[in-house]
Amino acid sequence: MPSQATRVHRVFHALGDPTRRAIVEKLSYGPASVSSLAGPLEITVAAVVQHLQVLEDSGLVRTTKVGRVRTCRMEPAGLSVAERWIASRRSLWERRLDRLGDLLAEPERELP
Amino acid sequence: MPDPSIQHHTFVIERRYPAPPERVFAAFADPSKKRRWFAEGEKANVERFEADFRVGGSEYTRFHFDSGACENDTIYLDIRPNQSIVFAYTMTLNGNRFSSSQATVELLPTENGTQEKGTHLIFTEQGAYFEGADGPAIREEGWSVLLNQLPTVLED
Repeated sequence: MPSQATRVHRVFHALGDPTRRAIVEKLSYGPASVSSLAGPLEITVAAVVQHLQVLEDSGLVRTTKVGRVRTCRMEPAGLSVAERWIASRRSLWERRLDRLGDLLAEPERELP
Repeated sequence: MPDPSIQHHTFVIERRYPAPPERVFAAFADPSKKRRWFAEGEKANVERFEADFRVGGSEYTRFHFDSGACENDTIYLDIRPNQSIVFAYTMTLNGNRFSSSQATVELLPTENGTQEKGTHLIFTEQGAYFEGADGPAIREEGWSVLLNQLPTVLED
């Protein structure tokens, strides 16, 4: 079982690539076959498979093969919608409080 | 039958600022200051920001971005000048309310001998996050917010 640090690293590595982010965005709407991912991204199926390998290793995506069709879907445990939302809510306030720090660091102007 | 799922979550964020509690409090109380760090700076246009900072007073923010409009409706529940602020707020995306939260801001003075007065800020949010009302849109917004932050994170 990889450590938490390793898992976080793998997720960020997986999401660090714009094509993989595009795949993840597509899958966030529902499962898709490998071949259906290739077309819109204008890359080969082989390239999609390579990206999916990285995404599977990171725990974000799961693929299953039924017959000749390989289907990919978001792995709920990888980054559930609720967790995602909560993370983004916390991040929103983190950014706000960072900006508050910037504002406070500005020199105070004496009011007439 | 839609599956009702409300997620409840509490999180705490802390900051230390090299400014006394009075100045930090002013940044919440003064609308022209509050707007700058609260509303501005996100990847969205601030269409409206109206604040009435008093117990029972409300504050309204409307953001506009590519995939729609987001509104924040805030009401102030408890204000202790230079000490704490408690408020509740809901957020909507394209008219659909997706969360309701209570937030508490605590300002604790810090002083270290001859050093300047500072503030230890503790922000606590207890939120109820609704899903299902506009699932895909919320998912998309949640993802885009998360993914937008990624370049910043990766640069560190």
